[in-house]
Amino acid sequence: MAKQAVKNPTETPAQLEQYYRDMLFIRHFEEKCNLAYRQGKVGGYMHTYIGMEALAVGWLESIKKGYDYVITAYRDHAHALLLGTDPTAIMAELMGRKTGTAGGKGGSMHIFDPERGFYGGWGIVGGHIPLGAGLAFASKYRGEDRVTLNFMGDGAANQGVVFETLNMSGLFDLPCIFIVENNEFAMGTRLEYHAADPELWKRGVPFGIKSERIDGMDALQMKKDAQRIVDWVRENQQPYWVEVMTYRYAGHGAADQDRQLYRTKEEEQKAWERDPIKRLEAVLIERNILNQERLEAIEAEIIAQVDNIYDEADAAPFPDPEEVYDNIYTDMTPEKGH
Amino acid sequence: MATLEMTYREALQKSMFEEMDKNADVFLMGEDIGRYEGTFKVTKGFFPKYGTRRVVDTPITEAGFTGIATGAAMAGLRPIVEFMTMSFSILALDQIINHTAKIHYMSNGVVKCPIVLRGPGGAAKQLSAQHSHSMDGWFAHVPGLKVVCPATVADVYGMLKTAIADDNPVVFYEHPRLYAMKGELPDDPNFTVPFGKAQILREGKDISLVGYSLMTQINLQAAELLAQDGIDAEVVDVRSLLPLDTETIYASVRKTHRAVVVYEDWKSGGFGSEIHARISEDCFDDLDAPVGRVGGLNVPMPYARNLELLAVTNENDVVAAVKKLL
Repeated sequence: MAKQAVKNPTETPAQLEQYYRDMLFIRHFEEKCNLAYRQGKVGGYMHTYIGMEALAVGWLESIKKGYDYVITAYRDHAHALLLGTDPTAIMAELMGRKTGTAGGKGGSMHIFDPERGFYGGWGIVGGHIPLGAGLAFASKYRGEDRVTLNFMGDGAANQGVVFETLNMSGLFDLPCIFIVENNEFAMGTRLEYHAADPELWKRGVPFGIKSERIDGMDALQMKKDAQRIVDWVRENQQPYWVEVMTYRYAGHGAADQDRQLYRTKEEEQKAWERDPIKRLEAVLIERNILNQERLEAIEAEIIAQVDNIYDEADAAPFPDPEEVYDNIYTDMTPEKGH
Repeated sequence: MATLEMTYREALQKSMFEEMDKNADVFLMGEDIGRYEGTFKVTKGFFPKYGTRRVVDTPITEAGFTGIATGAAMAGLRPIVEFMTMSFSILALDQIINHTAKIHYMSNGVVKCPIVLRGPGGAAKQLSAQHSHSMDGWFAHVPGLKVVCPATVADVYGMLKTAIADDNPVVFYEHPRLYAMKGELPDDPNFTVPFGKAQILREGKDISLVGYSLMTQINLQAAELLAQDGIDAEVVDVRSLLPLDTETIYASVRKTHRAVVVYEDWKSGGFGSEIHARISEDCFDDLDAPVGRVGGLNVPMPYARNLELLAVTNENDVVAAVKKLL
């Protein structure tokens, strides 16, 4: 299943370095989020992307950023970061601050940045999948050539509304790419315990939708496959269903403190051998693009950057009490008071 | 101004035709609305005129197409979604309540969702337990939605125009028993009816009958019966549940000093209970009697015609409730 790293990538050295920086930035940003959660700066539910970085980088580097539409579930920090959303505003949102992407109204699970094509950030498993198809419906209705990236986890692939959406996407030829981030666990339930047929890639087939399974742990292969699929969907204006194999090293959410209830430490250790960041590091060294010293310098730079983001976000004020009534409607405020 | 006479159904059609002609972003979506012209024939004539692009026949998957329409609205289109009956909107409740209603707040105003969710709510005739309920109170419970229940031909025309122009999600209740009702509306394509404004359809001095949708028509009939007994009832048509115009309701109660709230939904926990509570809280000093409340029987809608007629509130139920308070 897991293919070898692409031997002769078509990317320039600068692009390869950028992928590396993006992945490492996500990793350290998410580690910082975990720290903030442990410190009580972040509350509620928070889900990190640690281990899955290559997947988001591959897809987000394959689209026209700011033109194409992107939507995902609650594991949403990486997608927003890669689209160019201000990381300090994301961190501030996690901390429930006035300067957050949603002014502190959404939290970790609800990051939005429609100017950059990012439509959330959704908390009901599978619930946003028809919304993503609706974005694709709108671009098709207007005769544009946008594509929509519609991300979900493997758990979402069982929701009824996902099947309804696949049927209509096939029926209406919607230019929507359904991307199952298969990290092998629906919260704490292993794939084989939640899917009658764990080959989730097959689920687009009955709806006449081109479907395949690809590896998401190698950034270069991911980028290559993602670009091929994005180009095909843009050209043909039809849907695509993709199961991308990945792994989350962290728990389901920051509140998931006992991963051994559903997987062994040995299994996790084995998964670390597939660490997408280490794999790209090896390519960079092998091709003499960056040496060990340079890699370490980049990492130090990113750590300092993330530290600053944290400090800046943490310095921001909480929302004003009156803001509780803002933006329920575009043109009216509900009655106030308890 | 000159007026036109037409049915409630024709007024809906006229309203949608005019708005679709005016704005290319407005489109229709729903089950059997195109080639089949709609179960209640509200969309008759739209498919031949606008074709598959703007009149989208969907599979029978309410959650899915409500979600797709919501996503399209997030991207700036203005969908009008038809539920074959509002009872079927239950299948789409997660979309409507967890997604459609919340997107604007969760994004702190950066995403808008201009969508109309319309369809017939309430009992038609012998459609029994799964096709007959209105549940308007369920939607009016949810911040982020607007909920309107027009009772007249002019209102259904003018409020649908307002709904289509609104940048927020609007749940638009029609009533199956009103579709064939005739009435007048101003001969003016720019005529609209704003949300959040109740109206007095019949002035009276003895008691206020407060209702919406079909029950407003029932209240008008009850007022005629009461007049025969020398009771002068005022009929307050609430029109819009969210936003709710309490001022017009209160002004009427302060005048008559008595009120009965009438609604078709299950009596227990229906939206009429909310109106009742507000009058009781805010008009206590103006009341000469406890506020009355008439709702549908707390039973799943039965099929047998005699039982159905028993379950749905009628003008005699209203008259009886009024007489208890006088």
